[in-house]
Order: sequence, then structure tokens, then C-alpha cells
Amino acid sequence: MPPIVSAKAIHKHFGTLHVLKGVDLDVAERELVFVIGPSGSGKSTLLRCLNRLEEPTSGSIVVDSIDMLSPRTDINHARQRIGMVFQSFNLYPHMTALGNVTLALRKVAGKSRAEADVLGRAALERVGLADRAHHRPAELSGGQQQRVAIARSIALEPRVMLFDEPTSALDPELVGSVLAVMRSLRESGMTMIVVSHEMGFARAAADRVVFMDHGLIVEQGPPAQIFESPGQERTRTFIGQIQRH
Amino acid sequence: MSRWDRFLDTFFNLKVMAKYLPDILSGVVLTIELALAVVITGLLAGLILALIRSVGIRPINWLIIFVVDVFRSLPPLVVIVLVYFGLPSAGFAPSAFVSTWMSLALVLMAFAEEIFWAGITSTPKGQWEASRSTGLSFSQTLLSVILPQALRLTIAPLTNRTIAITKGTALGTVVALHEILGMASSAVSNSYNPSPLMMGAAAYIVLFLPVVVAARWIESRFAWKR
Ligand SMILES: Nc1ncnc2c1ncn2[C@@H]1O[C@H](COP(=O)(O)OP(=O)(O)OP(=O)(O)O)[C@@H](O)[C@H]1O
Ligand SMILES: [Mg+2]
Repeated sequence: MPPIVSAKAIHKHFGTLHVLKGVDLDVAERELVFVIGPSGSGKSTLLRCLNRLEEPTSGSIVVDSIDMLSPRTDINHARQRIGMVFQSFNLYPHMTALGNVTLALRKVAGKSRAEADVLGRAALERVGLADRAHHRPAELSGGQQQRVAIARSIALEPRVMLFDEPTSALDPELVGSVLAVMRSLRESGMTMIVVSHEMGFARAAADRVVFMDHGLIVEQGPPAQIFESPGQERTRTFIGQIQRH
Repeated sequence: MSRWDRFLDTFFNLKVMAKYLPDILSGVVLTIELALAVVITGLLAGLILALIRSVGIRPINWLIIFVVDVFRSLPPLVVIVLVYFGLPSAGFAPSAFVSTWMSLALVLMAFAEEIFWAGITSTPKGQWEASRSTGLSFSQTLLSVILPQALRLTIAPLTNRTIAITKGTALGTVVALHEILGMASSAVSNSYNPSPLMMGAAAYIVLFLPVVVAARWIESRFAWKR
């Protein structure tokens, strides 16, 4: 089976700063790939290139057989298939939880308000927040906000979900609720690429751990191998550092 | 005549007031028409300029910034005089009403554009990213996600500025516009008594106080918690 995400030779420059230096990443359907690496190594930039929030300088990206970098691709249509969850939630503060979830259903997927509400409620149900449908983001805890953000993405039935440090902005006691939702997503067969420092989650749920440094993938493999017996010195140093915290 | 009687006779002369009330009222009607025209066109034009500016086409943005800065620097009175006395030599002779309307609308447009623009740029980048990542287009994001948040930030400065500029309808007197102040001052010179001016002042309060109160109400309505 061809990979559902295939990124080849991705380079990204910000002016003179060379942030991605030829990254290749293939992700199989239903795979959970966990990305780690020091701050500034280019993890976020790589994720943001995959749905073209960031324009790669060169390389090729194919997601679900769609050439993401082709000028003929309808990028707004393609983005429906790629969900993204941000560290800072980025919920729309002027809308209720349900409004957040249904906006793209109505505007992009072309659903009527009634259809969108049904799908939106189902998505909120999946993240355990059906009873918060009419709350504004400011009336929700951080963990609840992030779960609404996940619902906003999964409501569009994406083929892949990208998570950029989804729990880093949360108080420790709220992290578990978000990880639980991510785990149930994984069990439902969602393909996921997760940038995170939650090593426990990686050990339990990841198929593969990718270690990035200075804009390159240095090493990758099953969690046990990367965490227990990394082949590269840089990986060992990094794993050592985060495990001391 | 006591001093108090003389004061009343001078500033609140009922006979004079009764005589010129119809004039003042017709001035009120004209002022309302002018104010509405200025507010609607000025705010709309300012909003449209801010939306165009957010598309980010350099030469167009430079042009917008230039126009906006010019009209923010010029005193509204100067704009009115230039339009009324200057444009005719360019082959277009707008009436006193149209001159005052155009001038104040241009000034309001300039300030409104800056205020809308500030609201749009102060909406966090993450809002754009979240919306675009779910497939909304640039303009859908701008209209459904960014603008409602931007408008909330702009309501207080926008209402203040709108009220200030709309009160500039009184400047129409310099081009012989028959709005409240124009009517009141011609009544003063015809009657040799300043009472009509007091009526004029009262008319402005009656006109603008509800607007100021309504602005407060709108501000409180739009203040959702973040
Ligand atoms: N829009 C931008 N303009 C300029 N430089 C940028 C931009 N976005 C990221 N960078 C730079 O690119 C490099 C990689 O950033 P990136 O956010 O991808 O790192 P990261 O691995 O996600 O780090 P962190 O763990 O801190 O989130 C950093 O040096 C960053 O300063
Ligand atoms: Mg990052």
C-alpha cells in the first residue's frame, strides 16, 4: 500500500535561515508517527509544510494521492483531509464550541446548518464534550478547549491528523484528558503525526519515533529502540536530557 | 428689567425661538440626513479599504496608506473648502450638501480604515492558521473569523471617532449649508438675538446624546470574554 503521507526532500528557508535541509518522511495509513527533537530543529515547520501553512522552498509532498505543492491543487479542498491541532488551541473566541466545530463543515464541506450541527455534535461527543456545545472557549478549561479543537478537525473526517505540541500549553492535570482523546482517535485507525514531549504517550501509542535535529531526520525507529538504544550520539544526548526532566 | 430677565430675554427669548423653530427643525432634518450619509459611506469605505489592505498587494497598500494619511492630516474644514471651492475649477461643482458629505466621509473613511486595520492586525496569527488549516479560503477566514474579532476591538475607538467627525456637519456653514448651525446663525443675524443659537445647541444635544448612549450599549454588547 502506498504511504498516505509522502514528503520528499523538503527544504525550507526563512530568508537566509535554512530550517529544513532535505527531510524525507513517509507515513503509512493508520500509522502514528511521533516526532521529537530540540527546540528550533524544524518540527513545527515540517508539520506546517505538510498542509502548506508554510510553503516549502523545494521538495514534494503528496497526501492521500494529492500533490500538495501543485499549483493546480485546490489547497482549501485538500486541507479538509489534513486536520491540524495547535499548541495554543486557536479556537474562535466569538463562537461557541459547536460554532467552532461547524464553521468549516458549512463553509468548506458545504453542509447545511442542520447537517453541520448533527456532525458537529457527533464530533463533540467523540471528544467527550457534548454537554459543552454552547459554551464559548473562554468558559472552557484548557483541556476542554484543546478537545474542542480536535473535534473541529475530526468533524471534517480528515485522512491524517497533525498535532503540534497539543499538550504543552496545558496544566499537568489536564494533559491526560487530551491524551485520552488522542489515544481513542488512534484506536479508531486515524493516521497521526504528533510533535510532543509526552514520552509516555509515545511509548504506549507510537508506531515510530522520528528524531529531528538541525532540520534533518537524524534517526527513526520503534519507540523502544529510539528511547532504549538509539544508534546516534545526538539522539542519545537528547533522550537523556528530556528524561532527566 | 432685572439682570436675570435680561439674560432670559437675550438667550431664551421665547418669541424669537418660536419664530425660528421651523428653520432650526429643517436644519435638524438636514443634519440628520448629512450625518447618516457621512457615517454610512465613511465607515463602509473605511472597512472596504481595510479589507483590501489585508490582501497585501504592496502598491495598492502604499496608495491606501497615502490617501489615508493625507485625509488624517487635513483639517476637515480645509477639505470642505477645497472640495466646494476647488473642485468647480476641475469641472465638477458639488452642492454644499455634497461637498460637506464627501469631505466628512473621506475624513471618516481615513480614520476608520486605520482603526479597522489595527483591529485586523491585532487578531492573533493562530486564528488565521486554524481557519485556513480547516480549508477556509482567505476571504472566508477574513469575513467569518478575523473580522468579527477585529470589529469587537474597534467598536470603542470607532464610535468615538465617528461621533467626533459627524459633529463636523456644523462645518457645512462655511459653504452656506442650511444645517443646524447655519440656520441658527442666520436666525441670530436676522433677529439680533442669540436665542436661536441656544436652540441649535439643544438640537445637537438631542441629536447626538442618543448616539453616544447607543455607542455605550453597543460596546457592552460586544464585550464577550476572551
Ligand atoms: N515564520 C518564520 N520566520 C522566520 N523564522 C522562522 C519562522 N518559523 C520558524 N522559524 C525558525 O525556524 C526554526 C525552526 O522552527 P520550528 O518552529 O520549526 O522549530 P521546532 O522544532 O518546532 O521548535 P520548538 O520545539 O521550539 O517548537 C527556528 O530557528 C525558528 O526560529
Ligand atoms: Mg514547534
